[in-house]
Amino acid sequence: MSSTRELNESTHAEGQESPLLELLNGFIVELRLAGLPVSLTESLDAMEAVGHIPIEDRDAFKYALGATLVKNYSHWKSFEVVFEVYFSIRGSEYEIQENELENLTGDEVGETEYQQGEAPSGGGAMSGLSPEELQEMLFRALLNGDQAMLRLLARQSVIRYAGMEPGRPVGGTYYLYRTLRNLDLDSMLDRLMDQSREQALSDLTQLEERLEQDEYKNRIEELKKQIESEIRRSLVADRGVEAMARTLRKPLPEDVDFMHASREEMANLRRSLYPLTRKLAARLARRRKYGRRGPLDFRKTIRHSLSYGGVPAEPKFKYPRPSKPEIMVVADISGSVAAFARFTLHLLYAISSQFSKVRSFVFIDGLDEVTRFLEGVEDIGEAVHRVNTEADVVWVDGHSDYGHAFGVFWEKYGKDIGPKTTVLILGDARNNYHASQSWILKEAHHKARKLYWLNPEPRAYWDTGDSILGEYATYCDGAYEVRNLRQLEAFIEKLV
Amino acid sequence: MKDTLIQVDYRFEDVAGVRSGLSDVSYLADDGIAGIVYLADRLAKPVLIEGPAGTGKTQLAKSVAEMSGARLIRLQCYEGLDESKALYEWNYKKQLLRIQAENETRDWNEIEDDLFSEDFLLSRPLLEAIRAEEPVVLLIDEVDRVEIETEALLLEILSEYQVSIPELGTVVGNQVPLVFLTSNGTRELSEALKRRCLYLYIDYPDLEREREIINAKIPGMDENLADQIARIVRSIRQLDLKKHPSVSETLDWAKTLLLLGIEKIDADVATETANVLLKYRSDIEKATKEFADNPDSIEEAEEEGAA
Repeated sequence: MSSTRELNESTHAEGQESPLLELLNGFIVELRLAGLPVSLTESLDAMEAVGHIPIEDRDAFKYALGATLVKNYSHWKSFEVVFEVYFSIRGSEYEIQENELENLTGDEVGETEYQQGEAPSGGGAMSGLSPEELQEMLFRALLNGDQAMLRLLARQSVIRYAGMEPGRPVGGTYYLYRTLRNLDLDSMLDRLMDQSREQALSDLTQLEERLEQDEYKNRIEELKKQIESEIRRSLVADRGVEAMARTLRKPLPEDVDFMHASREEMANLRRSLYPLTRKLAARLARRRKYGRRGPLDFRKTIRHSLSYGGVPAEPKFKYPRPSKPEIMVVADISGSVAAFARFTLHLLYAISSQFSKVRSFVFIDGLDEVTRFLEGVEDIGEAVHRVNTEADVVWVDGHSDYGHAFGVFWEKYGKDIGPKTTVLILGDARNNYHASQSWILKEAHHKARKLYWLNPEPRAYWDTGDSILGEYATYCDGAYEVRNLRQLEAFIEKLV
Repeated sequence: MKDTLIQVDYRFEDVAGVRSGLSDVSYLADDGIAGIVYLADRLAKPVLIEGPAGTGKTQLAKSVAEMSGARLIRLQCYEGLDESKALYEWNYKKQLLRIQAENETRDWNEIEDDLFSEDFLLSRPLLEAIRAEEPVVLLIDEVDRVEIETEALLLEILSEYQVSIPELGTVVGNQVPLVFLTSNGTRELSEALKRRCLYLYIDYPDLEREREIINAKIPGMDENLADQIARIVRSIRQLDLKKHPSVSETLDWAKTLLLLGIEKIDADVATETANVLLKYRSDIEKATKEFADNPDSIEEAEEEGAA
């Protein structure tokens, strides 16, 4: 079938004329800048792969690039964003057109039945609609799940409500917020639910109601995504690809900073935590099993030699079973440090089979043991919620007081620290200028196997303002900056 | 023809062809899956499939084999897998017999040359796959279970489709088989392995595809019931659970409901049969609480959704 191959080669060569090649190059450079590890062979594979697919098929094009360039599912989201920026506004020839802003409103809308002549604002026929009519059309489209209509409406809403001005240096979220505020999708959900209750012949059961609601929520989410990418498209057209890619560049999930994560990033982090713990647990267990080979077991070798008439033919070795460490976690849960403490507790309990015991304490200015909430529960998320609501951690005013919290810890639980105990302290050491009581750490260091301090603040901020980490750190076996999942994972691995 | 590696023919005409071919053997692929299988053939590269358990990763390889009429050679990975199980092994017993049989009559050097010839070589799955004359699909299942050092065994065969045997030289394959590797993601695979593969992530199917899968796999299924099942499963997957229901569990549930002769699912039925779908007690409790006939639960759910 050499003919097919030749045919492919020729289209291949055509497709690789410089615009596409250049575009792909820029695309790959941007992926690398976004933190994705794209190797040279992979980028060559990508170039070859796109030669084999019909170039006008955008989905196939995306999958071809994805399969060759992205080898880790948690990076897929970053890939999608970059892809959208690079290829969303390009026509079938993948060339940037001169007058995108006009095209944006002109080309696709123009082909539909809703078009009745170009309106001066460039909004197509829909610009003639009143806001109420638009809202009504949106309602119908959501009710029937009409994809094509929703796409059009998303475009129209952006044109109408986002108030985009060329060259204005605001981020996409600002426009998104403006558009969504005008559409008022929350009351839209209520209306949709009322409608389906009316349509139903009998009363909806709880289950049916729930299912309907999930369906509508999904559609609304879909609409939001449409609006978001619509905004992104117009921004790309306005500012150019490189600039836009730069503004949209976000850290990969494992690099997201705990202290400054947005709500959405937090949710993502929580989701990526579970697979991470599974991987970590598997790796640690494996290392425990195979990692070490001990010294010669003389007794066993001699006993075994009896079966060879006293010739020690097969040497036997001791396989040391290192005792599992006992962990005591003392975590600051005030303010922005709380998120970090939550992740660390989450991770520690998820791999608690690697430790003989995990005890946890939380504090703000008072301190409380919370092991009872966390131990033996299947749903760690709920347990952490209970810790936040039920633990008695406020002593005077609810501002961090490390000195007092350590005092309580030493008084009540200090006797439990033994030579097998590893103590982890989580916090930013911002003590609000209270007494440091660092002698407690000195004592604890003497008694414990190891004493570590994990700080979610960048190292450059340590010992600035009311942070007194330096003073505490003198008594620790190590003080580490742990700002993201990657660093947390690296530390935990060291711990076992 | 045997000297160099020759790809005789492309297996698939286009993406749509792959897709319809797969659906003929009742594997419903979406465009992404079909597209990557097509590319794997065109680029002669292995496909690394990842994704949650029970979404049809292994089944994809089987279905591709069935659809293209190829023989499926499967290598199941486990901890402690080594080259004698994966690549090749010398047939020691036969070698011993040979030595005994000709010890008297022939020169040792001659025998030694003879001993390490193809007659005494036992092909294991990987070698067998590239030496096969007929079309072959090679499935390397759960590749994340082998140690990271053992992964290196796969590298030569995956990129060059050849095996180097020290005593014999390099064995070049007769064909480039379609290779699928599956991984459950219990550990990160090495960069070297990933670089040689196309990457395919098979996630839970969306509503429509799941409905189609139910209808395709379970004949005699009522359309409305299938729709309801798919929608309930989707809602359950949105909850924060330890383990989300897989496609195979959805199918089990659908079969159960069919056997019980249920035409319409209400909260009671869902609660009673939840153990088919969910395998952890805490998950079942959570789901039942969420879908029970309790007027407060919707508001709670809303708050959760908003949070």
